[in-house]
Amino acid sequence: MNKLKIILNGILKENPVFVLLVGMCPTLGTTTSAINGLGMGLSTSFVLVCSNIVIAAIKNYIPNKVRIPAFIVVIASFVTILQLCMEAYVPALYESLGLFIPLIVVNCLILARAEAYANKNTVLDSMYDGIGMGLGFTLALTILGAVREILGSGSIFNYKFIGDNDGILIFVLAPGAFIALGYLIAIINKLKTKKAAN
Amino acid sequence: MAKLESSLKNMVLSLSVITFIASGLLASSYTLTKEPIAKAQKDKQSNAIKEVLPNKQAIVGEKVEIRLQGKEIPFVIYPSFLNEEFVGAAIQTYSNDGYSGKIEIMVGIDKEGTISNYTILTSNETPGLGSKASQWFKTSKNDQDIRGKNPGKVNFTVKKDGGDIDAITASTISSRAFLASIRDAFEAFKKYQEQNKSK
Repeated sequence: MNKLKIILNGILKENPVFVLLVGMCPTLGTTTSAINGLGMGLSTSFVLVCSNIVIAAIKNYIPNKVRIPAFIVVIASFVTILQLCMEAYVPALYESLGLFIPLIVVNCLILARAEAYANKNTVLDSMYDGIGMGLGFTLALTILGAVREILGSGSIFNYKFIGDNDGILIFVLAPGAFIALGYLIAIINKLKTKKAAN
Repeated sequence: MAKLESSLKNMVLSLSVITFIASGLLASSYTLTKEPIAKAQKDKQSNAIKEVLPNKQAIVGEKVEIRLQGKEIPFVIYPSFLNEEFVGAAIQTYSNDGYSGKIEIMVGIDKEGTISNYTILTSNETPGLGSKASQWFKTSKNDQDIRGKNPGKVNFTVKKDGGDIDAITASTISSRAFLASIRDAFEAFKKYQEQNKSK
């Protein structure tokens, strides 16, 4: 498979949020605004790319029976490094994402890619898979965050366009995340079936 | 190279090496980020103090801890002086009764006891509801602005409880916690003033 195809695969055909439906916890929890979605997506992408590369590199040295604990140690190390760096250099973003940063460790997107892809493919391919999946995740979270921010607070990337009025509050709260995600998946499936029918 | 066989020796060896390298990496990144993290937190604190103080030119003096009865954690007061004269203070206050736990607020009070400004340091209030506290109580609309009011003269409780301040729409619990912490800050401030008078 060529590189572009692997990357595009993660963004479109197997988009982790809209198609594979993995990593739902941060997807629903952090997307109260577009900037939060973007920040969460990029943090996850960083961990995903790093862990994919390392796991693909050391996969032959890990006996099969202990591969899951080994993967988790690798992933948790990168998450902790990321957390420390964010706290030091972007404290504002670190605060708004809060608990969800350490929770990247148990994001099933990362463990799933380690298990399903990096464990079987070369270092380079795994890196491209990490980039593709990471971009797909970031894109999905940013779109979802933008939709919720526009409907819920009447702003986009913190730029308010409806004056002093409030938005539709429910879209900022948890039920709004489910509603927005449901409709987005429905729209994407509709577009996909149209494409397939032609 | 073929995959390592899952024998006990291999498993122990492989996991040990991985955890050893991981702990080394973590230890070094911890040391590297320790100073920037401390600096970021200190900056946040001093920015908050500057933001809320009634007089921007005033020099911030040594912090003082004030204990109030029935409160476990002391309130921290950062007095400020202009030409050696006390002009007001920033008080770090808190409430444990927020909608989702603790709220920490930095509030500025001038020497007459009037609130000059406030800023929220940490809170886990619901986004879009309780989180509005960061702007709500400094918006000049109806009776929601607390700036320029003196908790000694104005009743700093929500209107629902017979007070004089408008609560955040649909977030009475967050508003109660917020106003309670401001009242505590005022108490601590009064105590601080009394202590300094007697000196």
